[in-house]
Amino acid sequence: MGSIKRISKELAELIETPPTGISVQLVDESDVYKWKVTMKGPEDTPYEGGTFIVNLTLPNEYPFKPPTVSFATKIYHPNVSNDDKGSMCLGMLKSDEWKPSSRIAAVLEFARQLLVEPMPDDAVEGRIAEQYQNDRKRFEEVARDWTRRYAREAN
Amino acid sequence: MDSDDEFMTDVSSREEDFLDTQDSEDESLGEDFGDDFDAGFSYDKDLVQKTKKPYEVDFKVLSPGDIDREQNSQIAEVSSILGLPPESAGILLRFARWNREKLIESYMDRSEEILEEAGLGHSFEANPRTEVVPGFMCSICCEDGDDLETYAMRCGHRFCVDCFRHYLSQKIKEEGEAARIQCPQDNCHRIVDSKSLNLLVTDELKDRYKTLLTRTYVDDKDNLKWCPAPNCEFAVECGVKARDLNKIVPTVHCACKHSFCFGCGLNDHQPPPCSLVKMWLKKCEDDSETANWISANTKECPKCLSTIEKNGGCNHMTCRKCKHEFCWMCMGLWSEHGTSWYNCNRYTEKSGSDARDAQARSRASLERYLHYYNRYANHEQSAKLDKDLYLKTEKKMTSLQSQSGMSWIEVQFLDTASQALQQCRQTLKWTYAFAYYLARNNLTEIFEDNQKDLEMAVESLSEMFEKPIAELAELKVDILDKTAYCNKRRVILLSDTAENLKQNEWKFNVEL
Repeated sequence: MGSIKRISKELAELIETPPTGISVQLVDESDVYKWKVTMKGPEDTPYEGGTFIVNLTLPNEYPFKPPTVSFATKIYHPNVSNDDKGSMCLGMLKSDEWKPSSRIAAVLEFARQLLVEPMPDDAVEGRIAEQYQNDRKRFEEVARDWTRRYAREAN
Repeated sequence: MDSDDEFMTDVSSREEDFLDTQDSEDESLGEDFGDDFDAGFSYDKDLVQKTKKPYEVDFKVLSPGDIDREQNSQIAEVSSILGLPPESAGILLRFARWNREKLIESYMDRSEEILEEAGLGHSFEANPRTEVVPGFMCSICCEDGDDLETYAMRCGHRFCVDCFRHYLSQKIKEEGEAARIQCPQDNCHRIVDSKSLNLLVTDELKDRYKTLLTRTYVDDKDNLKWCPAPNCEFAVECGVKARDLNKIVPTVHCACKHSFCFGCGLNDHQPPPCSLVKMWLKKCEDDSETANWISANTKECPKCLSTIEKNGGCNHMTCRKCKHEFCWMCMGLWSEHGTSWYNCNRYTEKSGSDARDAQARSRASLERYLHYYNRYANHEQSAKLDKDLYLKTEKKMTSLQSQSGMSWIEVQFLDTASQALQQCRQTLKWTYAFAYYLARNNLTEIFEDNQKDLEMAVESLSEMFEKPIAELAELKVDILDKTAYCNKRRVILLSDTAENLKQNEWKFNVEL
């Protein structure tokens, strides 16, 4: 299939007109399937001032199969796994919800929107989701602290 | 041995099998011929007009062809009533989980909303076709050749045929989706209809698609279930509702000879209802492996009732959980022991006797469970051994034929006996699970008598069946007789249990 053509086109568009707070580049120029995404923490959120590195991997069957998104930078968030994988659970990235006409730009915008408004009902980390719902103040303190600790030195 | 009369009045299982295949028209022959039809031969009339036993339910076995026909006739009916193309009617019916009445009613009230919710929209183009659109670029693969063949569904989202085909292939082959394949466009919920699909995919995929649609038809209907036997492609239709499963055990018999419960899908488990079976299987899973060991090697702490294993020679026990100190021998308080610490021969103190009573109750409960479990497990084990019984039986029949000069028809009594044995063992196995949950009363006594009669009959038949081939020819009448008796005892036990279940007569020691 013409996945290389599609990927190259999307990459060019994202480099030329990147969405707010997001920039992309290839991890290795010879491999268009692995992207390094730099995401700025949105304003008025506990992640403000942080710079988060996100790994985006495209499967060989892209765009018929969805990409996978994982945070390389540690982040305190209900929808990101609290381990060395940093897996992110996005509804639109589940294979039964993904459509081949969906765009990577939309995926990245959705991921950044999750930093503004987490989805506790679709959480990967149940404990953090519970805290987000029942003790927002404490959640924001910890998230801010983690942003200071882990998302400052990223370039 | 039982009397000849008794044998003669019982319909053998072979005849029962034959009767099960009769259509309802045949069953009502008696009425057609008026009252004189039986002419004094009541046995013949019984053969023609078979009455349903209390533990039997009405059901119908459907082949893949039957399912297709049923599906298509419903689609055609809805299509003509609503004036929609058949493929659209199919999408609507799947959306409504094949509830025609509800669908038609809703459609008449709010057709536009229903079409939208079902993923249909309003335009119904008669014949879908692919076309080459100059200057078109496919938004999936970004190809834009001048001769690029494209296809758009009624929603107007156009893609190249290769991408559309690849998308459909992935949905059908890898994801096993058929009834709810949506347009490949982001945020478009229009369902791909069968006409579009037939235009785009290979014959192999069309077959797979059809199979998946048939599967969803059965899965969506509450009164249809697939036969759980391996490699069986029949479905069974049965009208028993989930709310009635405490009053009836809906055993159905597939054309592949597999009998299963329509309620829970497990192998035939008459007489206990599904909820008891579920409880029993869970209990066996949790308890039986360790129950014997626990019974022999442990005691409960007199205070918190935690199970304790003695791990040293000393009788001075301290419960790890509640720190209660007691004597392993008499279960009494350790503080009451004075100086006779390591040689307890006391039996009278109240603390000790109370603890022993609690211990005894706990042990009695375990003993009771083991009583039923051991008998259940014994029949289960015998049933497993019976699995290769048929092959052995066939060998026996061949040997008997050659040794005694009997014809193949004449040695069929062994096959009949083998089937009766397996069926009765299956029933007996589950009677012990049923009995475990029964509260004691007069009905329970009757049930246990019936159980005992069947148990004895089965053991007796089993014994005859294991005799050397040389003796089997002389035992033919006895074996036939005992087979009929076993079948009869089974029918009596199941009928009695089913009647009382229907009328809520049984009292259980658990909540159903």
